[in-house]
Amino acid sequence: MADPAVPLPAGAGAAEREALGPRGPKPRHVFSRRNIFLYGTLFVVAVYYLLPLYVMVVTSLKGMPEIRLGNIFSPPLEITFEPWVKAWATACTGLNCDGLSRGFWNSVRITVPSVLLSIAIASVNGYALANWRFKGADTFFVILIVGAFIPYQVMIYPIVIILREIGLYGSLSGLVIVHSIFGMPILTLLFRNYFASMPEELFRAARVDGAGFWGIFLRIMAPMSLPIFVVAIILQVTGIWNDFLFGVVYTRPDTYPMTVQLNNIVNSVQGVKEYNVNMAATILTGLVPLIVYFISGKLFVRGIAAGAVKG
Amino acid sequence: MSKSERPNPLFRNLNAKVASIPMILTASVVFVGGTLWTVLYSFTNSKLLPRLNFVGLDQYYRLWATPRWLVSIENLLIYGAISLVFSLVIGFLLAALLDQKIRFEDTFRTIFLYPFALSFIVTGLVWQWLLNPDFGIQHVVRDLGWTSFSFDPLYNSSIVIYGISIAALWQGTGLIMCLMLAGLRGIDEDIWKAARVDGIPMWKTYLFIVIPMMRPVFITTLVIIASGIVKVYDLVVAQTSGGPGIASEVPAKYVYDYMFFAQNLGQGFAASTMMLLSVVIVIVPWAYLEFGGKKRG
Repeated sequence: MADPAVPLPAGAGAAEREALGPRGPKPRHVFSRRNIFLYGTLFVVAVYYLLPLYVMVVTSLKGMPEIRLGNIFSPPLEITFEPWVKAWATACTGLNCDGLSRGFWNSVRITVPSVLLSIAIASVNGYALANWRFKGADTFFVILIVGAFIPYQVMIYPIVIILREIGLYGSLSGLVIVHSIFGMPILTLLFRNYFASMPEELFRAARVDGAGFWGIFLRIMAPMSLPIFVVAIILQVTGIWNDFLFGVVYTRPDTYPMTVQLNNIVNSVQGVKEYNVNMAATILTGLVPLIVYFISGKLFVRGIAAGAVKG
Repeated sequence: MSKSERPNPLFRNLNAKVASIPMILTASVVFVGGTLWTVLYSFTNSKLLPRLNFVGLDQYYRLWATPRWLVSIENLLIYGAISLVFSLVIGFLLAALLDQKIRFEDTFRTIFLYPFALSFIVTGLVWQWLLNPDFGIQHVVRDLGWTSFSFDPLYNSSIVIYGISIAALWQGTGLIMCLMLAGLRGIDEDIWKAARVDGIPMWKTYLFIVIPMMRPVFITTLVIIASGIVKVYDLVVAQTSGGPGIASEVPAKYVYDYMFFAQNLGQGFAASTMMLLSVVIVIVPWAYLEFGGKKRG
């Protein structure tokens, strides 16, 4: 009976219990009305949020006859992976019948260089803005941030002309440049604020030791700011992978990114609708950002909290 | 700092200037130049190619006389009102629920936020499937015995924009919840203790103490939601392609279609300038409220 928090043994007499009086913390009722309401609500909402994902997966594993007869919420009676194979390798968009794999590799070839280029530009730029200010730098920075709020539709056509002039319209490199341009405001802001929050002495000490602009950046600033680089990568990978508008404007059918190709497969008016193939294709397209999301966890939240400014 | 003789001020701090070239080009050529270019050409009668053939406000008169544009604007207003109200209310309520020191908070947060990782295209296609009248929710409910049940927002032109809003809310409320949760965590624990000591009921504490304290969070969130509303495009393309008929058209789609399909550049420019104007109307008051009192910059 040393620990008052330990409940009395069941055999203890009523008198004995009364003598001791209530002790320890007030017992928590697991099934209190408050808890039932709280967890009940959260559970229902969670089901609502998960339902579309569940329906996608279930539908993609059914055969077409089963879909026509059944219920979208019922699990597949006979699991088939054929829709997945078809979505990946043989689904048709226009003249091409090599499935989403084409769009997937296009998206990879767009996303990887775009992420690298945009982060390289923005990190150096943010560093220059934080530590090597020059006259007029802040003016351009303010324009850049205000520009993030301009609807893309306003700038789409001038960019078409610029890209056409330099001969990159319709190519993947053109799209990479576009992604780097529109990723610049938020990324520059992210890096500038991060570098500005680093101790000034660090920078001064390196200056005294004779390190220059690039030396300080490559040897001191960049290695010390890995978390912000990870946040930037998460932000850019999901953002660029999910882009549709720029893909559809600045590429041609054989270089369409995955989102554009997916939309063309699912919303094509010709042929019989194969809902299971469509859902498999949809999951395949959503897979990359979902994996990034589930792996990155808290960093993703940080990334979107920063990237949310982009809207 | 440096001891150099400063020969030419242009070459001082040269590396930083070189590093800022992309920013300078983007800000001046693309953002300022591109915007001015589009506004300028919205006063011309450019068709297939941009031409400086000024026709005054003709494109704007034509724009506001086009039924499709009027439908787009009406849809944008409905969609905007729904997104604003519901994502704020639902986002805040979910954040408040998650803030009750519950177990599995991370699990719930992960579930509420995952749709935000998906693109609008994926979101639109999933909800197109769920709302399909022959297979989706309507079909399932009818199979349960309620044969007159009708829920086909994507095929009913009078409510199609609500069907799109459902998908948008599913995708976006997780983000609002996260921002709100961060705001709630920023509230001092002592405020809650004081409210409890005074015997103020929890809902009153939220309504009259906590929410007013979260004003900056709400304003930021509002700006984020608002700038997202104007840009809505891919979701509509994926879910309905603007249909049935023109019932779910939105301004961003109008711009794209006139620029790249109808080969009526002037209309596209005029419409995009109107979009810019609507953003300015939202942003300027906000910027004034946020930075008006302080020094600008």
